[in-house]
Amino acid sequence: MSEQIPGLGQVEEPPEPGQSPMVHAEEPSRWRAALSEILGGSAAISVLAIVVGLLVGAVFIALFDEDVHSAAAYFFARPGDTFEAILQPYVLLFRGSVWYPGPDLLSSLAPLTSSLYNATPLIATGLGIALAFRVGLFNIGAQGQVILGAIFAGIVTFDLPLPAGLQLPVALVASLVGGAVWGGVVGALRAWTGAHEVITTIMLNYVALNLLIYLLKTPVLQLSGQVSPKSPPVPDAAALPLLIPRPDYKLDLGFVIVLVVTAIVAWLFNRSSLGFRFRAVGENPSAARTAGIDVKRVYFLAMVLSGLLAGLGGFLLLFSQANHTQGLSPSFDASRVGFDAITVALLGRSRPWGVFLAGLLLGALHAGSFDMQGLVPNELVGVIQSVIVLLIAAPPLVRAMFHLPQPVAARPRRTSLRKAVVSK
Amino acid sequence: MSAATATVAPSRAGAPTRAALWKTPILLAVFALGAIVLLVPFARDGSSPFILATRSDLVQLPTLVVPARTTGVVFAVLIVACAIVSVLRAVAGRRTPLWLVVVFAVLVLAGFLVWADAGADRGITVPSLLVGGLSLSTPLIYGALGGVLSERAGVVNVAIEGQLLGGAFVSALVASAVAHPLASAFGESNVNGVAGFLGTIAALLAAAGAGVIVSLLLAVFGIRYIVDQVIVGVVLNVLVTGLTSFFYSAVLAKDAQLLNSPPQLPSLQIPVLSSIPIIGPVLFQGTLITYVMYVAVAAVWFALFKTRWGLRLRAVGEHPRAADTVGIKVNRKRFSTVVIAGAVAGFGGVFFTLGSVGGFTKEVTAGAGFIALAAVIFGRWDPLRATLAGLLFGFATNLQYVLSSIGSPVPGEFMRMVPYVATVLAVAGLVGQSRAPAADGKPYIPS
Repeated sequence: MSEQIPGLGQVEEPPEPGQSPMVHAEEPSRWRAALSEILGGSAAISVLAIVVGLLVGAVFIALFDEDVHSAAAYFFARPGDTFEAILQPYVLLFRGSVWYPGPDLLSSLAPLTSSLYNATPLIATGLGIALAFRVGLFNIGAQGQVILGAIFAGIVTFDLPLPAGLQLPVALVASLVGGAVWGGVVGALRAWTGAHEVITTIMLNYVALNLLIYLLKTPVLQLSGQVSPKSPPVPDAAALPLLIPRPDYKLDLGFVIVLVVTAIVAWLFNRSSLGFRFRAVGENPSAARTAGIDVKRVYFLAMVLSGLLAGLGGFLLLFSQANHTQGLSPSFDASRVGFDAITVALLGRSRPWGVFLAGLLLGALHAGSFDMQGLVPNELVGVIQSVIVLLIAAPPLVRAMFHLPQPVAARPRRTSLRKAVVSK
Repeated sequence: MSAATATVAPSRAGAPTRAALWKTPILLAVFALGAIVLLVPFARDGSSPFILATRSDLVQLPTLVVPARTTGVVFAVLIVACAIVSVLRAVAGRRTPLWLVVVFAVLVLAGFLVWADAGADRGITVPSLLVGGLSLSTPLIYGALGGVLSERAGVVNVAIEGQLLGGAFVSALVASAVAHPLASAFGESNVNGVAGFLGTIAALLAAAGAGVIVSLLLAVFGIRYIVDQVIVGVVLNVLVTGLTSFFYSAVLAKDAQLLNSPPQLPSLQIPVLSSIPIIGPVLFQGTLITYVMYVAVAAVWFALFKTRWGLRLRAVGEHPRAADTVGIKVNRKRFSTVVIAGAVAGFGGVFFTLGSVGGFTKEVTAGAGFIALAAVIFGRWDPLRATLAGLLFGFATNLQYVLSSIGSPVPGEFMRMVPYVATVLAVAGLVGQSRAPAADGKPYIPS
């Protein structure tokens, strides 16, 4: 966020050097501290948030699962049964996402591969959102960028007569371009007109969705001879190949791509000069400008890259081995991926490997949610996730709940000054 | 309105810059050019029938049939005339007045309708086009009013979607759970009688309450714990979506007969007025929430700009430090405003469940809250303009249904994009000047 915390709409950029500074200087430092605390808070808070999320989920299970109710009837005789009933959906969740006892080790691990498969697009998209966070931009538009990535990849696959071997790489590149274009529009608007990225991304999400539905009704994407808005399936030859060729495994090359991309983003963040500029702008745009960084260009570039990663997410979603026969349709899962990726980025504290882990967690929750369906509605996972992210977004609350000390770095200057005075 | 605009831009007073002055004329010119292209070279032959009458009208107006090509040209001329007036005013250094923009928009829309309707068998039923538009605008306007209130006090409200969704869910549940037992207690065979009425009242209150709960969370996190208000808003939307979907599956769907079949809001016809042709069906045959909406728009405008309460509210949103200095409790004021805003937005959620057939379904609001947010911004944080924007967006949505029903060549998806594209253009400063309250989204930390 820029020096003053922007209201939505147009953002006032910090003044150019030499210009007379604006009057409001309402302790931006403290606000900035609060924001950097959200993104830079300790891993402990992430873990606690997950624990609380699961506990809240357990409360919901206790309230709405009939098995729990029948066990609770004799709670005082055998309290163990009640707790077991409460845990049962979580056991199913675990079986659906990590380990389902089977005849041998490899088949028992099949659920784990489906968690990794579900995590793949989340990680890519989450990295995109995390990248924007680094620069102080809140990219809620991953949904739209995912869709555009998928549209572009779909067009080159369905409409171009490419040889089978080229389809996959060309589609991959096209998806990156699609996402980058959609993100770039946001970045350009933010950089050169000051349009707040939160608003433009929300709006462009819906524009992208309608664009997709429109294209699905035209020959561009529609399966010929179809009336319903649905694209042809992605050809088998173009789909991401499985890493371990077993019919019950869903893990495909996409996961390797995501591993590599996470490493690249980590390098970009921590080692490259561009990453340094990103961080500088994210920490303090005014200082960055004074230091000679072209802040507007950084905003634009960051959104291009952010969109690019989300576009990759769209590609991974569409071309995954497990899902490629679905093709594109209005029920394309972009909205879930786009919003879960925000959770992933927040939970991962915008650090590349943190995002990676958070993506694994959410992928596992999603994969396992289908298995608990029999006991409780699988929307429970949505509740757990939103509790987690709510707590992540409010570190002061988590600290208050668990009586954690306030981290030194995030402590407002005023307090630490006073402390310094006292300690003298 | 003038009072409103005068108070909108206190920190950047002074003459409009050249660029600001020319934005509207240039935009009108672009639209005028588009209109000429559509209405003259691409004119469609045949006649465009417009059905003006509904059965309950006092005077039955005949169906208006206009020749598409000629009428299109006439409209093109009028549209160009408007654009020229706007350009001439800009040359003279004067702003384009709002009324001219409205007239221009109506002309463009009418010209477009004539073009799209050409050669249709039955034609467009004008009253139902307008009625549907107003009806679809209802939740948008409630949401937008909630958004305006909250943002004028300096708290960004991205959680409108969550407030609407919460209101929709709770109202369906409460209306059903109250009306059905009462109906059997009163011995009524259905829920359209007294029991239904009581259920509806309870549902209206509960919906407002649901909005309040969402906004309390927004206030606690955004004001008390100074979490980024945008992040809180986004998270709250996710939370409400998750909770309502969960409860829908876990509770409502299990006993839909008892818990998710709310009575439908009856249409209240105002005698005499409702039988005026065109105007009657549109304005005076609405449901309770339509009439409350008329009052709410006026009330919010009056409260914001004509009362001390509103002055303080705006002060807190524009310059909290100054407000604090003169003794206004900034955060308390913000807190109470956000709560009221939540009640208004939550109330709008009733539309989705009691306002139409059928009860609650998962994510029934389908992004209406974000269109309401768009209306807030497109309406420049002013209740009346935001209402107009809400009407425009609702109308655009309905137009798409109507056009597809008469088999028009315009893809509905592009009509659906209108609110979103318009808002992007607005925040990019291409359409007018869209400026948030100065302290919107900035937490206030008393020193």
